[in-house]
Amino acid sequence: MKKTALSLLLVTLALGARAAEPIKLGEYASLTGKEAGFGQTSHQGIVLAIEEINAAGGVLGRPLELVAEDNQTKPGESATAVKKLISRDKVVALIGEVSSGRSLEAAPIAQQAKIPMVAPAATNPKVTQTGSYIFRVCFIDPFQGTVMAKFAKEDLKARKVAILSSVSNAYSLGLAKFFKETFIPAGGEVVTEKNFSEGDKDFRAQLTAVKAAGADAVFVPGYYTECALIVRQARDLGLTMPFFGGDGWEDEQLLKIGGEALNGCYYSTHFSAENTDPVVAAFTAKYKARWNGESPGAFSALGYDAVYVLADALKRAGATDGPKLRAALAATKAFPGVTGVTTIDKDRNATKSATIIALKDGKATFFKTVAP
Amino acid sequence: MSEFLQQLLNGLSLGAIYALIALGYTMVYGVLRFINFAHSDVFMVGAFLGYYLGKFIPENTVGGGLLILLGAMLGCAVLGMTIERLAYRPLRGAATLNVLITAIGVSLLLEYSGQVFFGATPRTFPAVFPSANFTLGGLVISSNQVVVIVVTALLMVGLQFIVYRTKIGTAMRAVSLNPKAAQLVGVNNDIVISFTFGLGSALAGAGGILYALNYPSIDPLMGVMPGLKAFVAAVLGGIGNIPGAALGGLLLGTVETFVNGSQWSTYKDAIAFAILIIILLFRPAGLLGKASVEKV
Repeated sequence: MKKTALSLLLVTLALGARAAEPIKLGEYASLTGKEAGFGQTSHQGIVLAIEEINAAGGVLGRPLELVAEDNQTKPGESATAVKKLISRDKVVALIGEVSSGRSLEAAPIAQQAKIPMVAPAATNPKVTQTGSYIFRVCFIDPFQGTVMAKFAKEDLKARKVAILSSVSNAYSLGLAKFFKETFIPAGGEVVTEKNFSEGDKDFRAQLTAVKAAGADAVFVPGYYTECALIVRQARDLGLTMPFFGGDGWEDEQLLKIGGEALNGCYYSTHFSAENTDPVVAAFTAKYKARWNGESPGAFSALGYDAVYVLADALKRAGATDGPKLRAALAATKAFPGVTGVTTIDKDRNATKSATIIALKDGKATFFKTVAP
Repeated sequence: MSEFLQQLLNGLSLGAIYALIALGYTMVYGVLRFINFAHSDVFMVGAFLGYYLGKFIPENTVGGGLLILLGAMLGCAVLGMTIERLAYRPLRGAATLNVLITAIGVSLLLEYSGQVFFGATPRTFPAVFPSANFTLGGLVISSNQVVVIVVTALLMVGLQFIVYRTKIGTAMRAVSLNPKAAQLVGVNNDIVISFTFGLGSALAGAGGILYALNYPSIDPLMGVMPGLKAFVAAVLGGIGNIPGAALGGLLLGTVETFVNGSQWSTYKDAIAFAILIIILLFRPAGLLGKASVEKV
């Protein structure tokens, strides 16, 4: 008798646990290492969104659970992290990465396992070309390159531009290419193109060559660690022209490393906390309350939006299996997020407007928004 | 012409730092015949010591800057001697390969404990020396580059003095020539080896500060690439040979800078290392190294 009661109890417990079994979302990000700034900010946005959704009752009556893996900003680690998330943690979808290079490492694995992957900020077109299960919630580099080329021509009034790009980075090379495709036909001239590698610290050689080439402005489509050092060394060498770049510049460390040297520089990005739009203001307030007064960056906002887009797709799919979730994600239309309205196009990319940030007196200030 | 001179200056200041690190590799090799791979991480610790000392010592003064430099050199010397005492001395007399693997272990230990203690995110190194830029014709000279070249030159002269004009230097050369014979004539090998590690590590500490001064973003893995290049510089100059290490460092830094400034900037490391291979094909013992016959 006692035995039956006990087993009944166990069955009830098991059933109860089953009903509220969480939906697992996998995140792989550069939480430590050279680009820890990218991983940490997007991670904080993701955590905030998941906590909000769970407080509101979860999705399909089940709470969301985040399984986060760190790739230490190292090549090769993203693939390992994603394999682990899929085979051991059995996640239903993947969120990552901010970097295009690391997203490209993980994408084939997600595609093969038929697990939808949503990249918050990987802007290189190749990422979603990997396959039908790979999505993104940000604009792509051809758009970003065009925006910056027009900006250089119209706002900076630059005719001669030098380009410094990172040779080991798909994002950087792509952005440089798309910039040239708009800038040269528009009557601009690229006077010199120099390369560097990720992790380099000395750029004086390339900058000396840029100086000799007589550029009006310098386009540096790289990541913040290198870009901040580049601008600092440029100022040391007496180069006074504006430097400008893409969303890879987006991090607090940029200003910490670059300081005053960055005055008069610009970059394009996805989001500005200074934007007065009420949706953005509400998000900024919630984010600051959750993360000790830290202001959200573009990647925090994109991480946040990635979770909401996924949650929306889960609701519409009514199931967690890969193919159904994939179809629902592909059908995302006019989803209102904090980085703008997201519509997933037939190539699984989002079309959105870009924000241009001006760096002035050691601060990042909102310059303007450019619609697609 | 001014572009050429500018690149030369850039190359020399980069090469000077490689040379400082290379000296540490070469000295330890000279005495113990093994490559101390943990050396590049002592260099990283030097930069971090400077970063933390910078919080207590006023920035932007020459005196404060020298104090930070000395503090980091002292700290690194102690670290180097501790590593030698704890990790390498128990293996004295064991096969070189065992010591080499231990060295790699110590290197990884330092890198990843650095990630735990200092954090993995890059930090901004403070401006410890007052900085200014001078223009000379078309040439822009930053005071930090001058500091690097001058400090390196002074340290090398000091090192040369210690090795050739002092008692401990004579003992170092004796141990390097033949450790057993040195012991027979009354040289205390342990003290000499410990001193060599201390001296080499102090130079790495100075290198760390000078590097961070020019490239003010420091992280626990910052030693890996400069360490590798400095090792190459030491081999290029002739490992075990002190002026050789200096020459190798300057040469590597200059070549790297010129390739970087040319249209082949993509292949900078490939070209620098190809030159190394070519030089070693013609002079297997390095530029200044003496070919020695291995007695079996």
